[in-house]
Amino acid sequence: MAQIQSPLPGTFYHKPSPDAAPYKAEGDAVAVGDVIGLIEVMKTFIEVKAEAAGTFAGYVAGNEAPVTAGAVLAELGD
Amino acid sequence: MTLKIVKPGLATSIQDLGRPGYFHLGIPEGGAMDRLALRAANMLVGNPEDAACLEAVFMGPEITFTADVSVAVTGGSMPIMVDGEARDGWTSFTVKAGQTLSFGFLSGGARIYIAVSGGIATEPALGSRSTYPIGALGGFHGRNIAEGDELPVGAAPLVDEGRSVPADLRRGPGSPAELRVLTGLYWYRLTEKSGENFFSDTWTVAPEADRMGYRFRGGQPMEFVEREQPFGAGADPSNIVDGCYSYGSIQVPGGTEPIVLHRDAVSGGGYFTLGAVISADMDLIGQLQPNTPVKFVRVEMDEALQARADRRAMLEKIRKELV
Repeated sequence: MAQIQSPLPGTFYHKPSPDAAPYKAEGDAVAVGDVIGLIEVMKTFIEVKAEAAGTFAGYVAGNEAPVTAGAVLAELGD
Repeated sequence: MTLKIVKPGLATSIQDLGRPGYFHLGIPEGGAMDRLALRAANMLVGNPEDAACLEAVFMGPEITFTADVSVAVTGGSMPIMVDGEARDGWTSFTVKAGQTLSFGFLSGGARIYIAVSGGIATEPALGSRSTYPIGALGGFHGRNIAEGDELPVGAAPLVDEGRSVPADLRRGPGSPAELRVLTGLYWYRLTEKSGENFFSDTWTVAPEADRMGYRFRGGQPMEFVEREQPFGAGADPSNIVDGCYSYGSIQVPGGTEPIVLHRDAVSGGGYFTLGAVISADMDLIGQLQPNTPVKFVRVEMDEALQARADRRAMLEKIRKELV
């Protein structure tokens, strides 16, 4: 089980906009570089990208949750 | 000698101690958000205290060096690596030509200062290399650094490795962070109850906080003493006839979220300012992450001046250790 960690502190979003679907759902294939969420900080949205490939196992941090740098945002299965 | 930017991080910028003297023209002082950390980083590598460094916020950049150079990283806590090997913060180390400096996850504070011996040697603008992106002034072509940039570095001898700032001279905010405040000209606009609430409520750093201003939320909305708004002031009770803003002044648009104006702030406008964070505590703000709890603590002028003297004494101790 690989983890995707937040590169920086801020607010985590599962979706590109409030009325859009989450970037990934459980069971989705994830390729290296796929966007799995956004971190908002300093009026900027930063895309969080997968650094490993796998199957999306779910979000660990909630949508709109405050997160610290290094916090686990999501998990990947093999 | 240049620094090759492999990854820029987030809003990483060249900063020195800023460009005082132009605030009346609307050009902010700019410079490091944590001035003590920048001074210490420079002293560690043998630079003048006001040499230009890189200020990185929340995440570190990745940099490859083209010559041997002394480096020190101060400010927030973040794992420091040279070609993947750990190095200590607040301590000088050598990076050899071809090696890469990189960083792990931020674990404390908010901003790191990366000093290199010789200092970053871009062309100064109005007497400073500090980057003011909104005015496209200073820094590297007036902007934050980007992938592929090659930043010039001055020539200077290397210093010994392992020169270090003692732990008790490294200053950072606690949790909750305490920021001391002098009430100001427009304090009278708040009701007594709202004034008390401002100091008794616990606030948290809003994710929007940046070099222009640090925004706080979570406290009770403020109530204003009723008045007929004077000619020239906006209709909201938090509006005034335009006035000057000082570095550190605290405005509360709409009476909801206080904003402490910081290094890149505007110099005036139409919001009342309830007071100002004392100069000795402004560096602490530069090390606040989003969602950090904060208490504002009311002080009087004598305490503010004493705090300023204490900070000077601390800086003098660092000088004695390193210069």
